[in-house]
Amino acid sequence: MEILKTYKLYIGGQFPRTESGRSYAVLAPNGKHLANVCQASKKDVRNAVQAARKAQASWAGKTAFNRSQIVYRIAEMLENRKVQFIEELAAMGLAQQSAEQEVQMSIDRCVYYAGWADKFQTLLGSVNPVGSSHFNFSVPEPMGVVGVVACQQTALLGLISQILPLLIGGNTVVVVANTTQPLCAISFAEVLATSDVPGGVVNILTGEVGELLPTLAGHMDVNALSIAPIDSNLQNAAQEAAIDNLKRVRIFTDPLHVKSAQGLPYIADFQEIKTTWHPVEQVAGGAGGY
Amino acid sequence: MLESISPLELNAIIANSPSIDQIGTLERIARIQARSIKGAAKLKGLRMALSMIDLTTLEGKDTPGKVRQLCYKAQHLHDQAADLPTVAAVCVYPTMVGVAKKALGNSGIKVASVSTAFPSGQAPFELKKLDTQYALDNGADEIDMVISRGRFLAGDYQFVYDEIAAIKALCGQARIKVIFETGELDSLDQVRRISDLAIAAGADFIKTSTGKIQPAATFPVVLTMLGAIKDHFDKTGQMIGMKPAGGISSSKLALQHLLMVKEVLGEAWLSNEWYRFGASSLANDLLMQYQKQQTGKYQSAAYFSID
Repeated sequence: MEILKTYKLYIGGQFPRTESGRSYAVLAPNGKHLANVCQASKKDVRNAVQAARKAQASWAGKTAFNRSQIVYRIAEMLENRKVQFIEELAAMGLAQQSAEQEVQMSIDRCVYYAGWADKFQTLLGSVNPVGSSHFNFSVPEPMGVVGVVACQQTALLGLISQILPLLIGGNTVVVVANTTQPLCAISFAEVLATSDVPGGVVNILTGEVGELLPTLAGHMDVNALSIAPIDSNLQNAAQEAAIDNLKRVRIFTDPLHVKSAQGLPYIADFQEIKTTWHPVEQVAGGAGGY
Repeated sequence: MLESISPLELNAIIANSPSIDQIGTLERIARIQARSIKGAAKLKGLRMALSMIDLTTLEGKDTPGKVRQLCYKAQHLHDQAADLPTVAAVCVYPTMVGVAKKALGNSGIKVASVSTAFPSGQAPFELKKLDTQYALDNGADEIDMVISRGRFLAGDYQFVYDEIAAIKALCGQARIKVIFETGELDSLDQVRRISDLAIAAGADFIKTSTGKIQPAATFPVVLTMLGAIKDHFDKTGQMIGMKPAGGISSSKLALQHLLMVKEVLGEAWLSNEWYRFGASSLANDLLMQYQKQQTGKYQSAAYFSID
């Protein structure tokens, strides 16, 4: 007998059903019924943000090297489950070869960002010249909790490309997955749950973007939004809802999964630069010591 | 020293204390917890819960500065929200009563002091009386005393009764809340027995816990204590107050407690004269929920004062 998988949400390291009890059908392009997935509600958004907030301080407090190791571990776990992801992508309509390629690129991207985890600080930070006896330096710090509307064109690569730059920067995320192709997102949650990523660092919801995004955008405890290319009306509404707590909103008009959209600028988008003035003793003319 | 209760009367109190049907208690609680309160009723409930809080700081590291800060918070819960109620009282150690009294001035917020060697209650009786007298001399409006749990569990009901009665006599006009520390009492039958005993000895309020021991104010314990208050009221017409303390940190729990009080005791108890929450972190959660109801947006702790 074939045991069909129940695709649930991923909140705080657990896989709960939506509190609303709703679900929707995921169909293959040929109309075949693939699975029923949870249709998350406002209250699931609330629970996910709560979990992300709880996890944020300790995630940001880990050493950059440790975050790098954990992201590398995601790549290892993905490698193990390659076959499953290729099958899911193919079931959702991708040609076999494209599916294989997307999974391979996803694994590569994990390794790529594992490498960035302890290097971007040096590139974004600086020691600044000032005209007084101060040691003045700037360092990047995470924004906090970031709301993510995942790429709606790809099922896996877009999601990974969008959240890893946030994670290595010490942010925690609440993701609204690809609505019509959500299977890979939940399977990816299983990868996260088994790869040393602490519960709550990544939370994944499946459902209608139009229903979940306004709540996420208006939530006072969400510090920033990363919104993949979606309907521009929804993007505009999100920007308006984000005004109350001055969220940083990054809206993408081009797909994120392509290589050229990746790298340092995207990491920097979700960092806040902190500048510190540290007094130094002026021992003799021109020879400050620190 | 007032005249002690006769062994015969004491035996009658203990013997008449009913045993508690635990399964029935749990089922009743499950029904209460399944209900949800929304809209205008929720807003009203949140305001009510705020007005019932005994804002509490009971730590070894308390300083006059910390207490003054708490007193400010008691009077200004969240200035961004118009016409919020204030909390009912500020609850501190005896040494901080003077500071709190001065900081609260004529705001109408009461100063409650824990006493009788809180939280363990392990001190000579004479010291407990001095402890209480010190708090009263410094202006405490209410006294939260702890019972001697060891004596109670050993069956020395006479001692426990006399202790409560003596502190009550000392307090005069100040209302006295008797803390059972139900987390150390093991069974609901014991909770019911000490409730009946404390009420007979003159408690104005009965209170679940010190907040230092887990579990604290669980639903079964609170429901059991409410039952004792109800039976006493039916028999004598005298109202006794209730104060759950410890573990009630979310609005949802607080509203469920209010539901339970209304169901068991009725509307008359839905005021801070007869019902209190001993809490510190509950206030901010209530405020965040209140703002959520007003604005429609989920709130962040970053915009509420740290207490």
